[in-house]
Amino acid sequence: MADSPISDRIARTLVVLPALNEEGAVGEVVAEVLRSNPGISCLVVDDGSTDDTAGVAARAGAHVARLPFNIGVGGAMRLGFNYAIENGFSTVIQVDADGQHDPSEIPELLQELEGADLVLGARFAGKGEYDASGPRRWAMVLLSRILSRVAGTKLTDTTSGFRATGPRAVVLFAEHYPSEYLGDTVESLVIAARSGCVIRQVPVAMRPRAAGTPSHNPLKAATYLGRAMMALVFALMRPPIALTTGSIDNR
Amino acid sequence: MSLASYILGILAALITLGVVIEMLRRRRLRERHAIWWLIAGVLALVVGVFPGVLAWAAEVVGVAVPTNLIFFVSVAILFLVCLQHSSELTALESQSRILAQRTALLTLRIEDLEKAAQASPPAPPTSPVD
Ligand SMILES: Nc1nc2c(ncn2[C@@H]2O[C@H](COP(=O)(O)OP(=O)(O)OP(=O)(O)O)[C@@H](O)[C@H]2O)c(=O)[nH]1
Ligand SMILES: [Mg+2]
Repeated sequence: MADSPISDRIARTLVVLPALNEEGAVGEVVAEVLRSNPGISCLVVDDGSTDDTAGVAARAGAHVARLPFNIGVGGAMRLGFNYAIENGFSTVIQVDADGQHDPSEIPELLQELEGADLVLGARFAGKGEYDASGPRRWAMVLLSRILSRVAGTKLTDTTSGFRATGPRAVVLFAEHYPSEYLGDTVESLVIAARSGCVIRQVPVAMRPRAAGTPSHNPLKAATYLGRAMMALVFALMRPPIALTTGSIDNR
Repeated sequence: MSLASYILGILAALITLGVVIEMLRRRRLRERHAIWWLIAGVLALVVGVFPGVLAWAAEVVGVAVPTNLIFFVSVAILFLVCLQHSSELTALESQSRILAQRTALLTLRIEDLEKAAQASPPAPPTSPVD
């Protein structure tokens, strides 16, 4: 697989956008993903939105899966991994539907994925000017330190929602992607690292949201650290999961 | 203890047991969930009919005031019931999340198949052979 041409790899790559009430931004994000990566497929997982997120995404050219009620980013991504396996995609790239990630950086993640199972697009790695502050920032730094150790590589932004998943990790995540709050970011890294996945990071730029409201208010930020640490501690206490062969039959 | 309170204790235990058994009979309650209520009902009935059992049990485990033993056992049973419910709630939540994912995937699959079918109409159905 390592020597397959880039266009072939793109054709087997699925971009998954978890979306909750993002009708103002999702259309442009889908268009941008498809425009800057010709031949790529895009799945929007509409997680019980009350607006026209699904309609906007479909008109922009994405496949749209509509969840009957809200199950969170983790559950939505698990749906994406299962869709990938059932439709012969070997690589899954998660991109935020609010326009904060730059789809033209997808090839850089794919490139790094050649030698890894999971690639994080890191926001604090010197590129762009994304910044979080207060408890949320401290939590992110502390989490990164601990998770770097678990993953055996330097990670500076472990809560990034911009990540690429290779064939072995797609199979793992289709079955075991956590759906708890913060599980999708923190615990999924622990699961991947402990089952032997190679994790890398690539610096990415972070843009302001295109529309909609940020999901984190100051109160949420204050509880973030505690919940993140709890998620981490329990993730580390669970037994590791063995990687299966990771072969995906192409239907 | 007056005769009235003696009878009240027995009646309460009998009613509890009656309700639980009736719900079991009508399949409004599964044994898994009824077991704690049955245990509580039977204990209450035994203690109601033979109050001496309570005094004896309190002495055996070293509880000075026998009624405290009742409170302790009641709280313990309620605690176990709550724990069981929390754990089953977690299981149900995770099952319903998986069902939601499945239905969304199936709906998407049907839509894709419908689109494909419209794009290339299938060959006309072969006439039945008979
Ligand atoms: N499927 C699903 N997606 C969600 C949910 N909540 C948020 N999202 C999506 O997840 C992505 C990231 O969410 P954001 O609210 O932007 O979170 P964030 O980027 O960490 O924080 P901000 O700084 O506020 O942007 C967006 O595409 C959201 O639409 C949810 O409950 N379910
Ligand atoms: Mg965002």
